[in-house]
Amino acid sequence: MNLEQQRQQEMQKEYHVLVEQIKPKTRVLRNCILAFLVGGFICLIGQIFLQIYLGQGMGEREAAAATATTMVFLGAFLTGLGIYDVIGKYGGAGSIVPITGFANSIVAPAMEFKREGFVFGVGARLFTIAGPVLVYGFLISALIGIIFYLIR
Amino acid sequence: MKLLLAFVIGGLLCVIGQLFMDLTRSSITPAHVLVGFVTGGAILSALGLYQPLVDLAGAGATIPLSGFGHSLAQGAIRAVQSKGLLGAFAGGIEATAAGIGAAVVFGYAIAVVFNPRS
Repeated sequence: MNLEQQRQQEMQKEYHVLVEQIKPKTRVLRNCILAFLVGGFICLIGQIFLQIYLGQGMGEREAAAATATTMVFLGAFLTGLGIYDVIGKYGGAGSIVPITGFANSIVAPAMEFKREGFVFGVGARLFTIAGPVLVYGFLISALIGIIFYLIR
Repeated sequence: MKLLLAFVIGGLLCVIGQLFMDLTRSSITPAHVLVGFVTGGAILSALGLYQPLVDLAGAGATIPLSGFGHSLAQGAIRAVQSKGLLGAFAGGIEATAAGIGAAVVFGYAIAVVFNPRS
């Protein structure tokens, strides 16, 4: 009886170890699949707009800019409606990495802190996440430009 | 075919972001992911490695924020070619001005008009 109990306890322990080994991995896998599907779908919608704009005779760079603008609007609008939060709950990085996620990161904190006023509320919070993105983006682009100037 | 490539490449770029969030320190936030993608995209672009991805996948490479980094880098390089050193400071911002302007205008309007759900 005692031996039986011991064996059962050991088996339970082994089981827990096994669960701990497998659980985070399957979570990561699940997150990755969802990120792939959601992120891919957003890019697919972007590609449809890109082809529409190219079909209207826009240049490649203009069409890409128009597509980015359209996707920014969609991301901001869906955030306002509360739909982007739902997409983000499942999509993880699939909803963050596309430019719609950038739009979401602008609207969500600005909307949240509206009660702090139009200057320090909406005005400042628009850039809670967009600020760092633009700062590092502009820094790296200026740096690349300077290096290119020196080695050209 | 182009639609499928946009889906697959765009999806894979998001998977890279997801792995960043899941497999590194838990202090990695969406802001870190976005900053990382813009910086990484700009560096790959300057090395000439991002344009082939754009040619292959279209919006699958330009819609992820690494595409924003690509526009910044190419804008800076183009402006240096036409304007010299001053272009290094202006080029990236000029190339991305439409997207940033749209983000501020739409973002502001929607934040004012709508209220959070919760």
